[in-house]
Amino acid sequence: MKISYNFGFFDEGSKREIRRATLKAIAIPGYQVPFASREMPIARGWGTGGLQLTLSLIGREDTLKVIDQGSDESVNAVNIKKLITKTTGVICTDDTEEATIIQSRHRIPEIPLNEEQILVLQVPIPEPLRGVEPSEFITKRLHGDKEYSGAWLMLFEQIIKYGTVSTGADHPVLVNDRYVMAPSPIPRFDNSKLEYSKSLILFGAGREKKVYAIPPYTKVTSLAFEDQPFEIEDFSDKYCRICGATGIYMDELVDEKTGDIYYQCNDTSFCLLGLNNSKEDLGVKYNDRI
Amino acid sequence: MGYVAVKGGTMAIEESIKRLKYERVKKKEVINVKEINCGMRGLIDQVMSESSLYSEELASISIKQAEGNSEEAVFLLRAYRSTLPRKHYTKPVETHHMFVERRISASFKDIPGGQILGASYDYTHRLIDFDLVEESKEEAIEWLESYEKVLKNSHNHMDINLNSIPKVVDILRKEGLLKDFVESTKEPNDITKKSIEFPTDRSQRLQVLTRGQTGAVISLGYAALRAFGAVHPTVGELRVGGLPLYIPNPLSSEQHDEDEFYIGDIKVTEVESFIPRSVKRPNGKHEIEFDIGYGICFGQNETKAIAMSLLDNCLETPNDKFPTHNEEFILLHIDSVESTGFMSHLKLPHYVTFQSELDSVRKTRKGGIQSEDII
Amino acid sequence: MIEFENPILTINNLRKQYGDGCHHCIDLEEDALEKNYCVKCGTIYACQDVSFNVYHGEILGVVGESGSGKSTMMSCMYFDQEVTSGEAYISTYEDTNLFNVSSQQKRYIRNNVLGMVYQNPLLGLKMDFSSIGNIAEKLISAGCRNIGEMQLRGQELLDHVKIPTFRMKEAPKNFSGGMQQRVQIAKALSNNPPILLLDEITTGLDLSVQANVLDLIKKIQRELGITMIVVSHDLGVIRMLADRTIVMLNGKIIEQGLTDQILEDPQHQYTQQLVYSLL
Repeated sequence: MKISYNFGFFDEGSKREIRRATLKAIAIPGYQVPFASREMPIARGWGTGGLQLTLSLIGREDTLKVIDQGSDESVNAVNIKKLITKTTGVICTDDTEEATIIQSRHRIPEIPLNEEQILVLQVPIPEPLRGVEPSEFITKRLHGDKEYSGAWLMLFEQIIKYGTVSTGADHPVLVNDRYVMAPSPIPRFDNSKLEYSKSLILFGAGREKKVYAIPPYTKVTSLAFEDQPFEIEDFSDKYCRICGATGIYMDELVDEKTGDIYYQCNDTSFCLLGLNNSKEDLGVKYNDRI
Repeated sequence: MGYVAVKGGTMAIEESIKRLKYERVKKKEVINVKEINCGMRGLIDQVMSESSLYSEELASISIKQAEGNSEEAVFLLRAYRSTLPRKHYTKPVETHHMFVERRISASFKDIPGGQILGASYDYTHRLIDFDLVEESKEEAIEWLESYEKVLKNSHNHMDINLNSIPKVVDILRKEGLLKDFVESTKEPNDITKKSIEFPTDRSQRLQVLTRGQTGAVISLGYAALRAFGAVHPTVGELRVGGLPLYIPNPLSSEQHDEDEFYIGDIKVTEVESFIPRSVKRPNGKHEIEFDIGYGICFGQNETKAIAMSLLDNCLETPNDKFPTHNEEFILLHIDSVESTGFMSHLKLPHYVTFQSELDSVRKTRKGGIQSEDII
Repeated sequence: MIEFENPILTINNLRKQYGDGCHHCIDLEEDALEKNYCVKCGTIYACQDVSFNVYHGEILGVVGESGSGKSTMMSCMYFDQEVTSGEAYISTYEDTNLFNVSSQQKRYIRNNVLGMVYQNPLLGLKMDFSSIGNIAEKLISAGCRNIGEMQLRGQELLDHVKIPTFRMKEAPKNFSGGMQQRVQIAKALSNNPPILLLDEITTGLDLSVQANVLDLIKKIQRELGITMIVVSHDLGVIRMLADRTIVMLNGKIIEQGLTDQILEDPQHQYTQQLVYSLL
C-alpha cells in the first residue's frame, strides 16, 4: 500500500488537466475556469489551489519562492515549500529576482517581476460578486451577461455610507475590459502591480475549484468611479525601522518595551535587499534616519 | 556585512511536529493498528464513508496517525485517494443481492423476509459498562467461540436466503404507489474527476451526500425533518450488509454478462425512505404518490444514511422556502475536507488583509471627501 | 388615405401555458377549455393569443380579475417569465421579436427601454440597500460611473416622487408601503425608459395613499410624456388613469377600446358586470 509519488506529487495526467484549465484561463483573462481540484496533503483553504498550479508547472530547473503575508519564513510558506521540495527536489530561494516560480498568499513582491517568472496567487473566494449574490448558478450567468452593476453598487453604498470605499484587500478589478475579477486578498496597494505586468499571473482557488489568469501586458483596472478614484493604503509618512524604506507596504507592530507603534517592510526579502545592496537601485524612497 | 533573514519558521514547524508526536506517546502506550481495526468499527466506518475510500486497513492506520480525530483521518485518506490510479470500474451493484446482516422497515409491521434487528445500538441501554475496563482478550475469545458455535447451528435451520431478501420498495411498486421510472443506463458523473456545476444531476448530488461529513449531513437532515424542510418521511427499508463487487473481465475484449470477476465485498448501509408527494395527473386530478429518498454509505452509518435519504428528496423537490431544498446551500457545505479546511484557514496569518482593513476603517472615520456633501 | 400612427409597442399572439397541453386543448378551439385550463390534461393557458398595440404617450389600462392573465402577461413582457410563443416589438428598439433576443439584450431592455413597478415592492427593490442605491443600481447598469451625477439624478427622482432627501440613505425596508412604491417608481424612471409597466401598484395600499400614488402617475405622464401600461383589477383606477383599456378574462382579451366608451357602453357580458358593479 505504500506508494511512491511522481515528480510534483501528481501523476502526469492530473498535471496535464490542470495545465489545460490554466491555458483556457490565460486565453480568457479574468474568467474563472472550473477544474477538478484534487485533495492534497495540505488543507483546503491553506493554498491547495496555488499548490496545484505550482506543481503542474514546476520543472527540475525551476527555482521556487513561496511567501505568505510577504514573508518567506511564515510557517505556512515553509510548509508549502517543504511539500514541493519533497516531491520535486527543486532549489528554493528567498530572493525574488532569482526565483522562476513564486507562489504567494496575500501579497505581490515589491520588486517588479520579469517575463521569465510566473506568479501564483492563492485565492480563498474567487467570485467577486459573492458578496452581492450567494448563488453560483446566478453569478456564472451574471459574468456571461457582463452584468456587473452589483459590484459597483457595493462600492456605491460604501461611499454613500462612509464617504469612502471601505473594501480592505481583494478590491475587485476589471480585466481586459471584460471580466470583473477578484484579485485574491492582496492589499489595494498591490492592485496596480497586476496591470501590464511582465510576468504571467495565475490564481488558484482549490476549495472552490477554479483557476483564472492575467496574461502578461494585460489591461487591469481597479473598480472605481470617475469622481472617486481608487485609493491605496498610504505609507508615505511611515518608514521601515530596519532598512528605512518608505512608501512601500508595511507591517504595523508594537514595541514590547515602549508600547510604541513602529513599522517594518512587509516584503522581508525586499527589506534584506535594501540592507545589503545600494538602496538607489531599488527605486524606492528611504528615510535617512536609518 | 550581509544581512540574512531570520529563519524561525522551519524550526518552529519541526518542533511542532515533535510536540504532536509527544502528545500521542506521552501516556506510554502505543495503539496497535490491528487493535484499531478490530475494535473501532464505528470510527473506521465513519472515515471510510467521509473519505469515499473503502479500506479498513488504511482507515485504521489513519486513525492511529490522527489519534482518533476523524477530521484528520479523513484528510489523510482523501489525500491518499487523490493519488490512486483508477484501474477498474465495477459493474453496477444490485443491492437486492446484499448479504443482509440487519434489515428493518418502519413502514410495515411485517415484511417479506422479516424484520432482522442485527447488530445495533438501538436496543442497548446507554449505560457505561465498566466491566469493559477489565475485559481480557481470553474472555472475549471464549465468548466468541461459543457464539460462533450457536451461529453455525442456526444457519443450518434457516429458511430464508440472506442473499436474496426482497426489497420493501417493491411492495409499493407492485401496487403502483410509486413514481414510475424508466431504468437508466446513463453513466454517472464522477465528481472527483470533474467539479460540480449547477444545476447538478442526481448522481452528482448522491455522491456529494454520501461523502459528506457525518455531523453536517445529520444536522441538515434534522433541520429538514424538524422545521426547515418539506419532507414527511417514513423509513421504508434500512439494510446493512455485504455487497459483492464484480469487474468485467479485464482480459477479454467482448463483454458478456457472465464474464466477470468477483473482487470482494464491501459493507454498506442503504436506506430507502418513502415520502408522500402530491402530484397532478393528466386529467387534472391531484393524487398522492410516494417519492423515494435514497441514502447509501460505506460501512454501518445508519443515521447518516437516513439523513442522506431525506436530503436526497429535498434536493429533488426544489422549494424556495427552505434552505434545505437549495442544492448550493447543501452540497457546497457538507464536505469534511472543504469545510474544516476553510474554517481552519482562519488560523493562518491575515495581518496583511487586516492592515488593509485598518486603513479603510481609519479612512471612514476621517470621513472621506464627500461625507459633508451627503446629508 | 388615413395615416395611422405607428404603435410604440406591439404584442402579437402572446401565449403562456403551464403544462404540455394535449390533443384536446392544444389548438385552443372554442369550448375546449374550462375557464383557462384543460380538464383532460390540467394544462393552464394563462395567456391565449393576446394581441394589442400601445401608442406613444398613452396610458393603456389592462383590467381583469385574478386569473385573467393580466399579471402573467406583464411578467412575460418584462422577461420575468418565458413566453410559450408570441412576438413583441418596440418601435424605438431594433425591429426584432423581443422574446427571442439574447439574455444580454433582455437585460439592456429591462434597464433602458422598459421600466417596471411591481405590486410587491420586494420584487422591484433591494430592501437592504439605500433608496438612492436602488436608483444608482439602474444608472450603473446603464453605464454611469460618476457618484456625483448619480447622487444628483437620484435626488431629482426622489424629489419627483416626493421622498424627502434626508431619507435618501435609508433602506426601503424601513419605509411605509406607499413610500416603497414611490421609490420603485423613481427607480423605474431612472434611465428615462420610453415605456413604463405598472402592475397593480396601488393594490393593498390605504385609500388615501392610493390616491397619492395615482396622482403621481398622472403627474409623471403629464410632465414626462411616458407611455404606460397600467394593470389593475380595479376599474376605478383604470378609469382614472387609462386612455384606452383592454379587458381580459380567462387569458383572452374580450374587449378593448377607449376607456370612456367601454364604461359607457360595455359590449361583453363580463365587462358589463364589471362596469355595473363600479357604478
